[in-house]
Amino acid sequence: MLSINVIYIINDLFSSNSHGLFAYISLTLLIKSAAEIMKKRVKVIERDDVVVKFAGDSGDGIQLTGAQFSDTSAFIGNDLATFPDYPAEIRAPQGTVAGVSGFQVHIGHKEVSTPGDLADVLVAMNPAALKANMKWIKPGATIIVDIDNFDSRHYKLADYIEDPLEDGSLEGYNVVKAPITDMTRDVIKKFGLSSKIAEKTKNQFVAGILFWLFNRDLSIGEDFLRDRFKSKPELIDANLEVLHAGYNYAETIEAIEATYQVKPAEKGAGLYRNISGNVAVAWGLLAAAEKAGRKLFLGSYPITPASEILQELAKMKNLGAVVFQAEDEIAGICSAIGASFAGCLGVSSTSGPGLSLKSEGLGLAVITELPLVVVDVQRGGPSTGLPTKTEQSDLFQALYGRHGESQVVVIASSSPANCFDFAFEASRIAIEHMTPVILLSDGYLANGSELWHIPQVKDLPDIKAPLVQDNDPEYQPYKRNPETLARSWALPGQPGLRHHIGGLEKADLTGEISYDPYNHEKMTHMRNEKIARVAKYIPLQEVIGPDKGDLLVVGWGGTFGALYTAVVEMQEEGKSISLVQFNYINPMPVNVQEIFGKFKKIIVCELNLGQFASYLRSQLPGFSYLQFNKVQGLPFLISELKQQFSEVLNNIEK
Amino acid sequence: MENNCVVTVQDFKMDKAARWCPGCGGHAVLAAIQRALPETGIDKEKVVFVSGIGCSSRFPYYINTYGFHGLHGRGPAIASGIKLANPDLSVWLVTGDGDSMAIGGNHFIHLLRRNLDIKILLFNNKIYGLTKGQYSPTTPKGSVTKSSPDGTIEDPFLPGELAMGAQGNFFARVVDNDLEMMKEVFMQAARHKGTALIEVLQNCVIFNDDIHAEITSKELRDEHQLYLKHGEPMRFGKNKEFGLIQDGTRFKVVKVGENGVRPEDILVHNALDHDDTKDYMLVRMSLPNYPIAMGVIRSCESGVYEDLMYKQFSISKAKSRIKTVDDLLTSGNTFSI
Ligand code: SF4
Repeated sequence: MLSINVIYIINDLFSSNSHGLFAYISLTLLIKSAAEIMKKRVKVIERDDVVVKFAGDSGDGIQLTGAQFSDTSAFIGNDLATFPDYPAEIRAPQGTVAGVSGFQVHIGHKEVSTPGDLADVLVAMNPAALKANMKWIKPGATIIVDIDNFDSRHYKLADYIEDPLEDGSLEGYNVVKAPITDMTRDVIKKFGLSSKIAEKTKNQFVAGILFWLFNRDLSIGEDFLRDRFKSKPELIDANLEVLHAGYNYAETIEAIEATYQVKPAEKGAGLYRNISGNVAVAWGLLAAAEKAGRKLFLGSYPITPASEILQELAKMKNLGAVVFQAEDEIAGICSAIGASFAGCLGVSSTSGPGLSLKSEGLGLAVITELPLVVVDVQRGGPSTGLPTKTEQSDLFQALYGRHGESQVVVIASSSPANCFDFAFEASRIAIEHMTPVILLSDGYLANGSELWHIPQVKDLPDIKAPLVQDNDPEYQPYKRNPETLARSWALPGQPGLRHHIGGLEKADLTGEISYDPYNHEKMTHMRNEKIARVAKYIPLQEVIGPDKGDLLVVGWGGTFGALYTAVVEMQEEGKSISLVQFNYINPMPVNVQEIFGKFKKIIVCELNLGQFASYLRSQLPGFSYLQFNKVQGLPFLISELKQQFSEVLNNIEK
Repeated sequence: MENNCVVTVQDFKMDKAARWCPGCGGHAVLAAIQRALPETGIDKEKVVFVSGIGCSSRFPYYINTYGFHGLHGRGPAIASGIKLANPDLSVWLVTGDGDSMAIGGNHFIHLLRRNLDIKILLFNNKIYGLTKGQYSPTTPKGSVTKSSPDGTIEDPFLPGELAMGAQGNFFARVVDNDLEMMKEVFMQAARHKGTALIEVLQNCVIFNDDIHAEITSKELRDEHQLYLKHGEPMRFGKNKEFGLIQDGTRFKVVKVGENGVRPEDILVHNALDHDDTKDYMLVRMSLPNYPIAMGVIRSCESGVYEDLMYKQFSISKAKSRIKTVDDLLTSGNTFSI
């Protein structure tokens, strides 16, 4: 069905380096003249990866279009990573730069680890969307605009003094001026639907254009829509027709000079899906509860960007997940602690401000030594800060944010998909070691998505809850497993095991209230030692690249994709550079000291002012740590990382 | 193993004595609970006492059941988690006027609103005891305390009013020197399905001695307490000579036989009525114009949170094709490579 008459295969030429782009521009010019000769014979450019950015008003259905594009990409086998970017207000003033909502998708034949620094294709539904994204697109990018919104009223709203389409600022870009609004209205008219619905259907026109631009089979998009509007069948036909209209439009006009072909990724065989970090956390928790034979209890209060974990698990009544939307963050964690006491895997999900409120509850979980997972989806802080933006600035709070000597296990997920693994891992550690565990995710992982090789539950590690037999005469509430120092878990309702726990200091073994000074010191050491011993039950730290060399890049959590891409690209350029990305933060894997000792320089990169670097200085003071920090609410760009690393490497060479 | 044995008071007693001050009202409440529980037929292994912080909240340590001594004000949340985790448990929350109405006010009202099957013993001594004598949210206005040397300038809460404002379905009031009344009311609370709040007018001998004396003293109690029982006339006095009648929109205290008042004129208590207008009036009655309403003032049935939740589980389990986590992971849009 596609009119692919000429295929130019230009491998690697168009990856993100600039000379490739230059070649691309000259090539498209060439292609254009060819197209003029052979009418409608459009070139197909094969690419290793392409970055597409959708942008418009937050009511434009940008997220839906983005999700649809990602799903169809996954369907045809591309590797992918996505990142939505929305304003904090649900409906910020329409047409203004502050109200622009975005969704970036990076698809690849090659391995894709980030949503990409800069876009190859920008869809801008209005002038504000264009303005907000000009600095995030590649030179020569294809820009598709909804020309119907490019009028003086919208220019004013976006604070444009001159018409950006005419003032020369877009020279060198391939601008497609599509009458998206008008054509959608025309199609919708015959369905007798309101203009409000027509507005909401525009995104399918865009989707149609992209299906053509990316040589996609339209039937995939049709299936997506049928599924999406299952419950509103009256909208299916209208949406389908708009989708086709967009496709036909793109095919008919000659404004699009070339289409893209991104071949399926060379991934291992298996079943994959596109998954976001928040959903992966929810599912990881469910898997852990099933594996441990415990009921999952989530006590949470809605907070951006963590609410989706609550919403996702609230849908899981079929799997018996007990979800309690509490009256506040404190009740969220306290209900989870109560549920843990009664035998559930107790979990509370939140973001920074909520973690502050949970400090008191965490202390209670430390002293009662109950399994508890607190998921902190970090956002820009302090206070309300940047609720929809990403940051890694809750590390200190996770490590130290409680009164008293009250260590907890802190781990961090590092990609949207491995949020599943680390939610599972947090639960495993919490249950087997009878301790609270804080899992640090962030806004970037939570909302971003990537392709995930679906595991089977039977292949996941076993989780052995330290339960007690009914009427066990040996049971004592604070008797510990000699290896892990975990106490055992006797559940209310079990005959012959009645006991009390609570926030007052416990006597060793019996758990009775004790104010004895030596007992307090002993118990304090015991609780800390229990956390330290978790190190024996976690994997060794991995090094990406050679295990010795000039520069060791150190990161933790959600920065993995960017650090990995930057380091691997520099390795390919022959640089002596390796990466260590931490997932286990407290305790750290036992081999870290050894790794650090084999590099000339260490640079710690994080989206805060240096909290992990500071932690490393306290834990492993024998090394000197350079820092690269960013606090813009945005992830690292690969380009800025490479530049930074090159500077450090140049200094070493001197 | 002990399930078949007869459960007695002894089963709920600890080896060590409770460590409240001698003469503290807490001792009597504990004794009343220990007597009431065996008669409710609840399996002693399934009873859990949860508390917050304060004198009252030491309660779980003094009774031989599962116990959780929590955080200040957070008892309702901990208790909710326990109950939702295992609805078979009989969950009792012990709290005080500071714990439940100041620091834990939010959790307290939401527990009542949700109507989980949890019993709340609210020790109202109108003072902070454990921190040694500061005023609480129920301290009468003008009271001189350690933190109000010139008298408080705050209007106090009435726990009953707060409970009903929070959609509470069961509210009772008892005094700490009437063991029989406490036992009887605790048993009724245990039988009620849903959140049951029992306000115990409790004496703190150390920091607020005799705060309830006008209600509880031997000399005054018959005339100052109206012990309400469902289906019985609202009569009080040494010889039940007084009663309440409806007078326009208010209650009026009358003497039976005087001014032509016949016994059948006296209002009959209906604790089961969903309309809470009368309950508000009963809860608000204060000396010297009215007696203080005691006993079960309100006890009406309503959907119980955990029942509704577990019902949703069964419906959803029956309907969904996703039975395991494996089913979930492979549901929806997946792609084979
Ligand atoms: S201080 Fe008052 S309330 Fe507390 S134990 Fe003593 S008498 Fe009871």
